[in-house]
Amino acid sequence: MTALELSASLQKGEVSAVDVVRSFLDRIEAMEPKVKAFITHTPAEALQEAHAVDQKRRQGESLHPLAGVPIAVKDNICTEGLRTTCASRILENFVPPYDATVVRLLRQAGLPILGKTNMDEFAMGSSTENSSLYPTRNPWDLERVPGGSSGGSAAAVAAGMAPLALGSDTGGSVRQPAALCGLTGLRPTYGRVSRYGLIAFASSLDIIGTLTLTAADGALLMSLIAGRDPLDSTCLTEPVPDYSGSLEQGLRGLRVGLIRENIGEGFDPEINAAVLQALELLKDSGATVEEVSLPHARYSLPAYYLISPSEASSNLGRYDGVRYGFCAAEGTITEMFSRTRGEGFGPEVKRRIMIGTYALSAGYFDAYYLQALKVRTLIRGDYEAAFKRFDLLIGATTPTPAFKLGEKTDDPLQMYLSDICTLNDALAGVPSLSVPCGLHSGGLPMGMQLTAPPLQEGLLFRAAHLLEQKRRPIPARPHLEPGYPAGGGL
Amino acid sequence: MMTIDFGKEVDYVARLARLRLSDAEKGRMAGQLSDILETARRVQELNTENVAPTSHVISLPTAFREDVVEASLPLNRVLQNAPAREKDFFRVPRIADGEQDE
Amino acid sequence: MQYETVIGLEIHVELATRSKLFCGCSSAFGAEPNTNCCPICLGLPGSLPVFNRRAIELAVMAALALESRVQEKSRFDRKNYFYPDLPKAYQISQYDRPLALGGELAVDFPEGPRRIRLERVHLEEEAGKLLHAGDSILGASYSLVDYNRAGIPLLEIVTAPDLFSGREAHLFLETLRAVLLYTRVSDVKMEQGSLRCDANISLRPPGSRELGTKTEVKNMNSFRAVEQALNYEAGRQAQILSRGEKIVQATCHWDEERKVTVPLRSKEGSSDYRYFPEPDLLPLRLEHSFIEKIRAELPELPGARRGRLQCDYGLEPEEAALISASREMADFFEAAAREYRDYRNLANWLQGDLLYQLRETGAAIGDLSPGLLVELLALLDGGEINRPTAKELLTEMLKTGQSPRRLVQSRGLGRISGRETLEPLVDQVIAANPEAVESFRQGKEKALAFMVGQVMAMTKGRADTRQLNQLLREKLA
Ligand SMILES: [Mg+2]
Ligand SMILES: [Zn+2]
Repeated sequence: MTALELSASLQKGEVSAVDVVRSFLDRIEAMEPKVKAFITHTPAEALQEAHAVDQKRRQGESLHPLAGVPIAVKDNICTEGLRTTCASRILENFVPPYDATVVRLLRQAGLPILGKTNMDEFAMGSSTENSSLYPTRNPWDLERVPGGSSGGSAAAVAAGMAPLALGSDTGGSVRQPAALCGLTGLRPTYGRVSRYGLIAFASSLDIIGTLTLTAADGALLMSLIAGRDPLDSTCLTEPVPDYSGSLEQGLRGLRVGLIRENIGEGFDPEINAAVLQALELLKDSGATVEEVSLPHARYSLPAYYLISPSEASSNLGRYDGVRYGFCAAEGTITEMFSRTRGEGFGPEVKRRIMIGTYALSAGYFDAYYLQALKVRTLIRGDYEAAFKRFDLLIGATTPTPAFKLGEKTDDPLQMYLSDICTLNDALAGVPSLSVPCGLHSGGLPMGMQLTAPPLQEGLLFRAAHLLEQKRRPIPARPHLEPGYPAGGGL
Repeated sequence: MMTIDFGKEVDYVARLARLRLSDAEKGRMAGQLSDILETARRVQELNTENVAPTSHVISLPTAFREDVVEASLPLNRVLQNAPAREKDFFRVPRIADGEQDE
Repeated sequence: MQYETVIGLEIHVELATRSKLFCGCSSAFGAEPNTNCCPICLGLPGSLPVFNRRAIELAVMAALALESRVQEKSRFDRKNYFYPDLPKAYQISQYDRPLALGGELAVDFPEGPRRIRLERVHLEEEAGKLLHAGDSILGASYSLVDYNRAGIPLLEIVTAPDLFSGREAHLFLETLRAVLLYTRVSDVKMEQGSLRCDANISLRPPGSRELGTKTEVKNMNSFRAVEQALNYEAGRQAQILSRGEKIVQATCHWDEERKVTVPLRSKEGSSDYRYFPEPDLLPLRLEHSFIEKIRAELPELPGARRGRLQCDYGLEPEEAALISASREMADFFEAAAREYRDYRNLANWLQGDLLYQLRETGAAIGDLSPGLLVELLALLDGGEINRPTAKELLTEMLKTGQSPRRLVQSRGLGRISGRETLEPLVDQVIAANPEAVESFRQGKEKALAFMVGQVMAMTKGRADTRQLNQLLREKLA
């Protein structure tokens, strides 16, 4: 059931919030041992919230449409009194004394939180294999990765363990797992959702996004979490439109640009075909389609792997063993700092801290970091030009469907390349959404990426919704039942 | 393209970043970082002479909060995650010669 | 060989806001450890900074007062380094786009006034405080951290190398302090650490325009220490140079106990702060109108005011300097002068008795209304009270805030006059002092003064001297 369907049932009184939460807890009990999507489970808290919602509904209080619809939250989003680890040893026992703004909004609207989901450590990775605890598995094929870094959130929704999930996207960490798990995943415009309480990886790129079964679910959740926050001075102040209300408006007259760099050579042929097929659907709906080039797209990977580690090297300086987190106390203060950080961070995090420290250090700053910021300007220029001609840009979300666990862990660069299509939008700060575009012959989902001008999330949901409507009856869920053999696909 | 030898830099950068690395880690890292930097260095192919850097992708009027005192955290919440505390302070190891703040 | 000493100062001033620069925690001094802390100033994961409007206003006010050019667009950067008092392992500061550029401050040196140029004025955040178990940082076996100060707004003022001795540095700081107090930008209490000063110092042959190799002197905890430390350091450098050796660029600590500067061991890569634009704060954009509104609020500054006090009230330069040294004192003077025309007498009372009483009682000038002092002086001038009574009344006025006229009435402190009151006292004194009466009659005027004194003693100095003299002469005639 989608969140929208659950919401309708709850509002009609067909089910209670407690029933809903119980059913998801049962599903978690059955699926979680295989999928390992969560780091922390919060069944008691979820039931308590559900009780409260049911009571309010009985008393006739007006409730948010999502009241009683449970949600899973990525473990880099702070929850007051509830362990928030970033899947890192260095934060394994960290209990935030405050709620992230999005979590506060979830609580106010009465969404029971089922737990905190697994991720690549500090959101650095594309497979959730960089979690310090355990990798999460793709519910469509348990031998494969769910993508990352929001792999736990994606897997939880794909496996039916949660109807909704929050993730975070720095260079593709919502969209890539959405594509690999057959979900709709939105990276909003930079600043559209408050970052307050989102544990920083690369602050100029980080944004909280939604992972849902449908565009309509995403629209509903996004309406709740988007908007101005006095605690985040990089938060956009424009009023939040009614994303759900405009879903059915269609795409007549819409000008769609097919991004030449995000399709074709180097991409799985079935993905290419699926994207082209989706374009036909858009044309049938009255949109016009032309090719477009983003000439600096090929520089997004190098620019991203300078900018994000540079900011990360600074953001992660605070994990020094003094105020919170893991501490290896021994010797002098510098020895304590170095041991704490050397033992507390995993290999990928250390690599990025090293790259970032290097790129910012005296003598290299201009050639690496500053140059990357200038390239970022050129990349943004590409989008400005493209959006003069087009309302929507389209391409594949990933070059291939989900890859096997362990396939890329020894080669960081190969891993980085799995985000090749998602980095560019992130650097430009524009909203970007991955929507399922069919199943690969191997039974794995494929995703297609839609990109809109800043603040046009509504258009992304509208286009994704139309594609979803036109493409049924493609099975939207993995057939992963208890006892079903791993790697079963369809 | 000329390869970058990161081996020489690893020690300096690790010290700057306060990361203790084992010899094995350093060896592995030198190779991986050289590869990554080689890729990253492609940004240098572009002529950016008249291009301004982008450090923020959005532009807004400055957001202010008013100068009003709000409740701080209760002391037990301030210290609840402290790895080492003494009385109402965070406790840290000794600061050796050459480690002082500038 | 003689050398010329060249000094540039780097001053950090805590701004007088109620709350911190990026969060709502109180910035009050002296709270219990770690009680003014929140997720933001503790640098907890996920927290973000938001500007305190007042901090920006005060920084702009200071910059304008120092004739520094306030930038309509400035930027905040991260200065990255590891230290336990720095919660985020970076300080939010301003690097290459500071709040204000340039500036000047006119300072009166013994040889005459000179304008000291400023390089820049910028805003940054304060760090926490370390306490060391043991007598010094290096002897301690461990340290304790209190983050109450972390995140307090800090103004950094950097001067050009325009100062030529420890004494000049001291005078510059005094002048700067007065400006900061006038503008109410900071309470400037060095003992509470709300003003700190580091210095760059180098020597060069007289007449040379090039700067020599500098050292940086830190840990000077008073204006006097700044003067002593810089004079010491100049001497130390001169000795090295006259031995034909070279100065090594280093950071030196002033040792207040031993009165020496001690070069610190330099740490490898210590100055690689990896500054980069703070992604969590957008560039600070100040509307022209925002800046102009603050400019309009700028009070008359101490230098200008001193000149005006001389001109408008005919005060001597020293008097004007003393009264204009504090904005409150000068305001008090001018308010009183509106109702009291003997400006010199008023000035005398301010710098003499009033200042003395304030020091004695610990009262602030704000505790006394200027009208009350005027009332007191009028009573004195009109002969209704005498000078000792006036001083007594001043103490009382500071304590109770009551009007001197009321005090005189309620406590019977008025001048004792009138024949019927004084005559019995005079008679008593004449009866008790036959020798004095005798010597007066033999023409010794001194004896009369003695008898006046006796009556004065009996009336606690409140008898009307003129009437008393007259009455005595009459009785003894
Ligand atoms: Mg500073
Ligand atoms: Zn605070």
